[in-house]
Amino acid sequence: MSSFIEIRDLEFSYINEIEEPPVVTEVLKGVTLDINKGEFVAVLGHNGSGKSTLAKCINGINIPQKGSVSVDGMSVADENNLLDIRQKVGMVFQNPDNQIVATIVEEDVAFALENMGVDPKEIRRRVDEALKTVGMYEYRLHAPHKLSGGQKQRVAIAGIIAMRPDCILLDEPTAMLDPKGRAEVMKTIKELNENGVTIVLITHYMEEAVQADRVVVIDGGEIVLDNEPKKIFSQVNTLKNLGLDVPQVTELCHILRSEGVDLPDDVITEEECVEKLYELLG
Amino acid sequence: MAVIKTEGLTYVYGEGTPFRKVAVDHIDLEIEEGEFVGIIGHTGSGKSTLIQHFNGLLKPTEGSVYIDGEKLWDDKAKLRPIRFKVGLVFQYPEYQLFEETVYKDIAFGPKNMGLDDDEIDRRIKETARMVGLKPEMLEKSPFDLSGGQKRRVAIAGVMAMNPKVLILDEPASGLDPKGRERILSMLKDYHKQTGNTVLLVSHSMEDIAKNAQKILVMNKAKLFCYDETVKVFHRSEELRQMGLSVPQITRVFDRLKAMGIGLDDDVYTVKYAAELVLSMLKRREG
Ligand SMILES: Nc1ncnc2c1ncn2[C@@H]1O[C@H](COP(=O)(O)OP(=O)(O)OP(=O)(O)O)[C@@H](O)[C@H]1O
Ligand SMILES: Nc1ncnc2c1ncn2[C@@H]1O[C@H](COP(=O)(O)OP(=O)(O)OP(=O)(O)O)[C@@H](O)[C@H]1O
Ligand SMILES: [Mg+2]
Ligand SMILES: [Mg+2]
Repeated sequence: MSSFIEIRDLEFSYINEIEEPPVVTEVLKGVTLDINKGEFVAVLGHNGSGKSTLAKCINGINIPQKGSVSVDGMSVADENNLLDIRQKVGMVFQNPDNQIVATIVEEDVAFALENMGVDPKEIRRRVDEALKTVGMYEYRLHAPHKLSGGQKQRVAIAGIIAMRPDCILLDEPTAMLDPKGRAEVMKTIKELNENGVTIVLITHYMEEAVQADRVVVIDGGEIVLDNEPKKIFSQVNTLKNLGLDVPQVTELCHILRSEGVDLPDDVITEEECVEKLYELLG
Repeated sequence: MAVIKTEGLTYVYGEGTPFRKVAVDHIDLEIEEGEFVGIIGHTGSGKSTLIQHFNGLLKPTEGSVYIDGEKLWDDKAKLRPIRFKVGLVFQYPEYQLFEETVYKDIAFGPKNMGLDDDEIDRRIKETARMVGLKPEMLEKSPFDLSGGQKRRVAIAGVMAMNPKVLILDEPASGLDPKGRERILSMLKDYHKQTGNTVLLVSHSMEDIAKNAQKILVMNKAKLFCYDETVKVFHRSEELRQMGLSVPQITRVFDRLKAMGIGLDDDVYTVKYAAELVLSMLKRREG
């Protein structure tokens, strides 16, 4: 059986035809990746490494020049599949301003559902529920463009949750949120995942990546690391050389280890760090 | 004397509409010259609205703002020099780059101030060095730069006006960890070298802990507190209740303390945490 998202030798370049001769920006250089139904995958990589480009290949916004991408057995190269694919894979874009389509928050959240032909009563229910989930219910009648940055980001997430897709791609969904907002989005993501929704989370926050089942690191349009979080974050120097970082607790244990203190190299959560330091100092 | 002072500062969006929103509510504040201030607060707490009053972009609905002792809005003609004295870098400032070259983009502000060409040139070179843009980059188009580089050009453009107060609204947001670290260490150097006041709005408690001497906390349009960094992070429970947090490392040591490990100080940077653990282990051996 094939996996839910199947990417084979994917190559993608942006081609700017307006310039003469056309300017070609080669971004993805042979990506092969399988994501199974129900997985929670975090994607890391420095600015410009190709994360957003890859996400847009998965839901058919970018069509690969070489190689293939399919979702639940449907190829993105076949235009007839795109509507189905986008209902299966919802995407929360990096810049929420690009995602706002309506002049009232609740209409914005309902937009995709209306296009999908969902029953109006059901739309009402799902919109209210999604807005409550992201803590924006009291803003349902406001104008989205007059919200603060973090508030817009929450509305964008509600729009996707309301669609109930099989898979959600989130492109830096917490970049503008406060710590509680970030924690709440992570909680929502984990709950969705526990209910079987496949999650692909692009992030620059290492504390979020730690919570995934699997971490994929992109560099220069290629996948350079793909493993469980502990195996990724124990490679402190490798990550730093890739322009990335590790959680503060991992960093602390790394420094202490280099001073000869007896600690494991794969401490990545607050709980583990507290436990290990307590053993050491208690 | 305080470089920024507010008295009963209040700002209301959409007055007279059903969406009336008090975004900043009776704020009394005094920020001393030369301070590095972190500004934190939940989303929608009024941070961006507050800072736009400091260079006269927003006019208070009620109350007043003083910059260097001078009251804003009494005389509109005096607002122009205030915009040079207080430089504001918006969120995602790279979207506002528009000149053909990096050099011209950085020159825009100083030119507006009416400086002569030699002085402009001197300032461009100095700020470019300060933000880590190589000289050859000055002749490039800003559109050919990476996101992190564009961000630095935009910040340099405001720095080149040598504002007495530099305010940045989430300057590291969206940058990868290395880019983030670069921008923040650049701001720290700038603060050290110029002695200018710096106000940094951020949602990263870790970044604030590493850089700010004082923290201003906004909560539901009100000023919750304005105090030294250590003292603010000491109030972790209150911060948590208002949607904020303390650095991860602080949470770890707070928990160790609660478990009975004797620690005198609050820990809020990794560097200090490592020193502390090492000295405790050494004491135990000795
Ligand atoms: N529409 C476009 N046209 C041309 N080039 C593009 C376009 N979008 C992105 N690029 C380029 O493709 C490369 C990869 O961009 P991408 O947005 O995928 O990176 P990313 O990993 O998501 O980065 P970030 O962390 O900054 O969001 C970059 O060099 C970028 O400048
Ligand atoms: N142009 C506007 N019109 C109406 N209301 C607005 C406008 N801009 C902001 N608001 C409201 O004012 C309040 C304060 O917004 P502000 O942008 O100052 O918050 P913030 O603390 O900067 O938030 P964030 O961390 O999300 O950037 C919010 O409730 C927001 O919805
Ligand atoms: Mg991106
Ligand atoms: Mg803001």
